Amino acid sequence: MKKTIITVVGKDTVGIIAKVCTYLAENNVNILDISQTIVQGFFNMMMVADATQSPKSGDQIAEELAAVGQEIGVVIRCQHEDIFNMMHRI
Amino acid sequence: MINLFEVNETNKMITQENLDVRTITLGISLLDCITDDLEQINENIYRKITTVASRLVETGEEIEKEYGIPIVNKRISVTPIALVGGSACRSSEDFVTIARTLDRAAQEVGVNFLGGYSALVSKGMTKADEYLIRSIPEALAQTERVCSSVNVGSTKCGIDMDAVRLLGEVIRKTAELTKEKDSLGCAKLVVFCNAPDDNPFMAGAFHGVTEADAVINVGVSGPGVVKHALTEVRGADFETLCETIKKTAFKVTRVGQLVAQEASARLGIPFGIIDLSLAPTPAIGDSVADILCEIGLEHAGAPGTTAALALLNDQVKKGGVMASSYVGGLSGAFIPVSEDQGMIDAVRAGALSLEKLEAMTCVCSVGLDMIAIPGDTKASTISGIIADEMAIGMVNQKTTAVRVIPVIGKGVGETVEFGGLLGYAPIMPVNSFSCDAFVGRRGRIPAPIHSFRN
Repeated sequence: MKKTIITVVGKDTVGIIAKVCTYLAENNVNILDISQTIVQGFFNMMMVADATQSPKSGDQIAEELAAVGQEIGVVIRCQHEDIFNMMHRI
Repeated sequence: MINLFEVNETNKMITQENLDVRTITLGISLLDCITDDLEQINENIYRKITTVASRLVETGEEIEKEYGIPIVNKRISVTPIALVGGSACRSSEDFVTIARTLDRAAQEVGVNFLGGYSALVSKGMTKADEYLIRSIPEALAQTERVCSSVNVGSTKCGIDMDAVRLLGEVIRKTAELTKEKDSLGCAKLVVFCNAPDDNPFMAGAFHGVTEADAVINVGVSGPGVVKHALTEVRGADFETLCETIKKTAFKVTRVGQLVAQEASARLGIPFGIIDLSLAPTPAIGDSVADILCEIGLEHAGAPGTTAALALLNDQVKKGGVMASSYVGGLSGAFIPVSEDQGMIDAVRAGALSLEKLEAMTCVCSVGLDMIAIPGDTKASTISGIIADEMAIGMVNQKTTAVRVIPVIGKGVGETVEFGGLLGYAPIMPVNSFSCDAFVGRRGRIPAPIHSFRN
């Protein structure tokens, strides 16, 4: 199964995870893992998700999530896990 | 499982350090378009390119979004046109019609550059080669997206000095015909020694005759990433310095490998090679010269520059080779002047001369690249510069190239603006002593002794 990595970076505020999770649920993307830290007031989250059951394509989800991020003032990136696997695993 | 630290490292490279895949270049063979009818060949070429490359740009954009990595350019290279048009074109004007067809095809599929308006003449010119070379000024003046290159020498064959002499004139004429745009035509013309068949980078890309019908070649970049990694080990010994460059080059190249494999699978076109080059852009922080400064030079061009560049070039290759299944093209560090803010600064500060650049080309991946010279530089002087650079390539068994722009109407100290990725450049002085009698000799320079390896 090919996984999707979603990262959220920005100023911490109420409801960031809720917003992202709502979008993912609506689009049938299953969350497998969440890790999150706050560094100097900056919200930093990574989600591992399975988007294979979603009716939408990877690039479409990435675009829409970026738009959700803009709404709440954070940067959301949604990327195929292989870019990280390629770079950090031999 | 990938962790937050690794994800952040990758994304920081992309968002803050200008990591990108510089180009996906689709090589297309036009050998099956050959006929002796000019109209027919133009139609064949248009049809072949627009069919094979119909989904190139769209696929590149899909990959870009899905993996979150910018793919700056999607481009096409084709079989050297002197070979393709040889039987249909009976004059230079005939060749220009093919240039216009290539331009139309490039526009139709949405690529910004198409390379391969080229001739391979390292030992001698056929009639068709000569027609094509003579047509280059018109071809580049009448088109927007077509790039041209001529291979005039190789370690195996020597240097065709007749072609070198002719190209001095062709470069001048190209400059004249595009003088309204600061002689921009010359930025799309490269003269090579030992040109590789699978180079994805413009303006010198062409699809060699040794290649399959269509192939995906990818050029990676990332000078900003290397520079940033080196700031973390400032003052460390050479071992640490080299290891850091190597590891960074590995990571950068892996991204290129991924993009190449994806593009190949989605387009159903075989993967050719990764060109693991450090290709700068005029953007701040995307500079090879800045890496040289980080290694310890006040400006690129200071004593020590050649050694630093040799080290950088070698470590990039060592790190990149293991990251990709096939490596080719030009692979190494590019040192164009107008496309690199650090190089521009070095020229402005008086630290970098044409002669020092020539020395640097002995150890970098290509050659004298994107250098603006005074508009009154003689054709024979340009030929002399070309001959010097070709000799470096021939003797050192490496690719070298010359892309100089004599800017008509401008002189030393003035600045020329090419725009976009081509950047801007201060005009550099050229040694004005004559080489007329040398360039005026007919024939070719024989291959060096170490070419006889059989």
